[in-house]
Amino acid sequence: MGEFIDAVAIAVKAGIGFQAVFLALLAIGINMQFGYAGLLNFGQIAFALLGAYGIAISVSQWGLDFWVGVLIGLVAAVVLALLLGLPTLRLRADYLAIATIAAAEGLRLLFRSVSATPVTNGSRGISGFNRQFVELAPWDTGRRYSLLGTFWSGADLWVAAVGWTLVALASLLVWGLVRSPWGRVVKSIREDEDAVRALGKNVYVYKMQALVLGGIFGALGGMIYAVGTGSTTPDQYQNANTFLAYAALILGGAARVLGPVVGAMLMYFIIQFADSGLRSLIENGVIPAGLLSTTDVAQIRFVIIGLGLILLLVFRPQGIFGDRREVMLDAR
Amino acid sequence: MTHPTDRVRRHGRRSSPTRAGARTPAGRPPRRGLTALRLLLVALFTAGLAALVPGAALAADDASEQISGTMRTSVSGPIEGIEVVVTTPDGDEVGTDETDENGRFVVDLPGPGQYTVTVPEDSLPEGVEFSSGNSRTVTVDANRNQGVIIGLDDGSGGAGGGNTRWVQLLVDGFRFGLLIAMAAVGLSLIFGTTGLTNFAHGELVTIGAIVAWFINVEGGVPLIPAALLAMVIGAGVGLLNERLLWRPLRRRGTGLVAALVISIGLSLLLRYAYQIFFGGGSEAYADYRGQRAVSYGAFTLTNKALASIIIALVVLVLVALMLQKTKIGKAMRAVADNRDLAASSGIDVNRVILVVWMMGGALAALGGVLLGLSDEVQWDMGFRLLLLMFAGVTLGGLGTAYGALVGSLVVGVFVQMSTLVIPNDVKYVGGLLLLIIILMVRPQGILGSRVRVG
Repeated sequence: MGEFIDAVAIAVKAGIGFQAVFLALLAIGINMQFGYAGLLNFGQIAFALLGAYGIAISVSQWGLDFWVGVLIGLVAAVVLALLLGLPTLRLRADYLAIATIAAAEGLRLLFRSVSATPVTNGSRGISGFNRQFVELAPWDTGRRYSLLGTFWSGADLWVAAVGWTLVALASLLVWGLVRSPWGRVVKSIREDEDAVRALGKNVYVYKMQALVLGGIFGALGGMIYAVGTGSTTPDQYQNANTFLAYAALILGGAARVLGPVVGAMLMYFIIQFADSGLRSLIENGVIPAGLLSTTDVAQIRFVIIGLGLILLLVFRPQGIFGDRREVMLDAR
Repeated sequence: MTHPTDRVRRHGRRSSPTRAGARTPAGRPPRRGLTALRLLLVALFTAGLAALVPGAALAADDASEQISGTMRTSVSGPIEGIEVVVTTPDGDEVGTDETDENGRFVVDLPGPGQYTVTVPEDSLPEGVEFSSGNSRTVTVDANRNQGVIIGLDDGSGGAGGGNTRWVQLLVDGFRFGLLIAMAAVGLSLIFGTTGLTNFAHGELVTIGAIVAWFINVEGGVPLIPAALLAMVIGAGVGLLNERLLWRPLRRRGTGLVAALVISIGLSLLLRYAYQIFFGGGSEAYADYRGQRAVSYGAFTLTNKALASIIIALVVLVLVALMLQKTKIGKAMRAVADNRDLAASSGIDVNRVILVVWMMGGALAALGGVLLGLSDEVQWDMGFRLLLLMFAGVTLGGLGTAYGALVGSLVVGVFVQMSTLVIPNDVKYVGGLLLLIIILMVRPQGILGSRVRVG
């Protein structure tokens, strides 16, 4: 029983920690693109990678100010969105999907390649760039704090607090946008692109704006993750994270302002709970070691995500909060 | 070549009356339990299949965990004095070693877990390069000596003297392109006949390689019958895919985007299940190891590479003949071209799609075996190939069979030849860049037609 409570406590901590913020921001971005505009961005993690490395390279390699790094990361994400959107947004949805998934994998390979090592430090990554950010904390970051039965380092708490503030601001922005005339046009593009075009709207521009905005949210997520972990390596930004964010979004409910946020918290809770639960079951011999070992647990989470994605889309595509009529998407 | 516009409508509008026949009018309740059962069966089957492949949990004699490997190339043989650094994923150094006169290195580990093995760029001797990056991340189980292979390339790839680098790359690229093509034909035909962008197609490639590896190494069966068996199982997996998942989903009118995300879920599920049961390392087949390259004048090839080229060529010509001459082949092209017209002229569309899935599965499995023969078997080999398959299929024209052949060959050659200009470990990036450029210049591909991309 004690172990069960421990597992719940660890899972709760994961559900409100900066990793969940990371996932929530990725999912908010995807919600803008996929939920409202119907764009299939399967390379959201590439935007996070650019955000994280924007800070890391600027601060650690070039010696620039932290906030200049944030700016560089955001600009890089906007540029990537434009580069991806320009050729593909005029085509059917799956072309953007293929191009973005290719870009995400390509960027990761590029950042970890030997030839990029002078700038990105290759697969070893960059660390030591978050001091200026952590020093802004109003409390002592050297101490440990107790919260809801879990222990947090002061720095983690600060990153999480800033992160959730960002999530709240982003959600507020999305809430305002989708109720504006702009949001109504974007939503109608999702429903019937030709009809919107017939009304004289420039569909291409609206789609591009949604893509850029989602990409910026993704970059912010990557930045939170980078300052939270204090180091950044290309392999932290595996594209499986994009699909984790999709699963979180669909779990919470696409095309709902709070869908991605609730989905991300729940998702991290479930993953962490399954993780520590499985570990303790294996260590106590409930699951025989021949069947699963503790090193397999890290992979189990992706199996769960994959299965969860399939089951959700088959049986409840609208997730917890969604409206079924809004998420019966078809390719266009 | 013009296409009727209903082709676009089928992809474009969910209210399209042309698909209404495939949907139960009042929603899905009667099918719900059945579909759940089917999904469970899929999961059980994949789990059962994967359980056949133990993570090679041998070598349990050592009391602790080790990482070991051999550094060699086909020309120089084992290389002595290469520095190997093992780190944790966080970058903390665990240990280093230098290869001995047999090219072997061994690093003791503090415990099971994930480790990254890196070889510093400057520790390689003159003229030797990494064939795909200078580090590998592996998961080491308890009490296991995990083998790590870091691919080396001695530039020539052959017996030295007389061969020209660009011809060599052209031939290598041709071989690689044929492998991509074999896997991509199924991907393209599935897209053409059902509209599904199948992101789980790479996993069909991997399962072929893994099944053949298991039969070959654990079962002691020679590789050729093992490969044939793997093809049969690949066809079976394709059949199960269609019968248990995609056909029921089509029947309940699942949208194409939802189907696409489901295929991504399936891909994640299978890929990481493979990793759990196969392990994170790469393994070679028991047969045809350590072949020396044979010189053919301007280029060199190992015998197994030559055999792969011949097998792939023969199989692809057979596929083309089948598509061109046989009744089912013509039906496939007809369904891919215009499904409703094909159905109204008496073609059993569901049967054609089933055959496409089985053929795609078998071809992908064979491609996986041949890829495993040249690059070793890994749990994510198919996924890494998938992006190049998409590049090839897009280049050739989504949905066309011959387009996939031509496009894949171009992509394979392009990826290999690009190493003339860019470093070897970013050559895939070149291929992916090519994909984005194609989308800008000619999105319908070489053999595609304009209406498809609407």
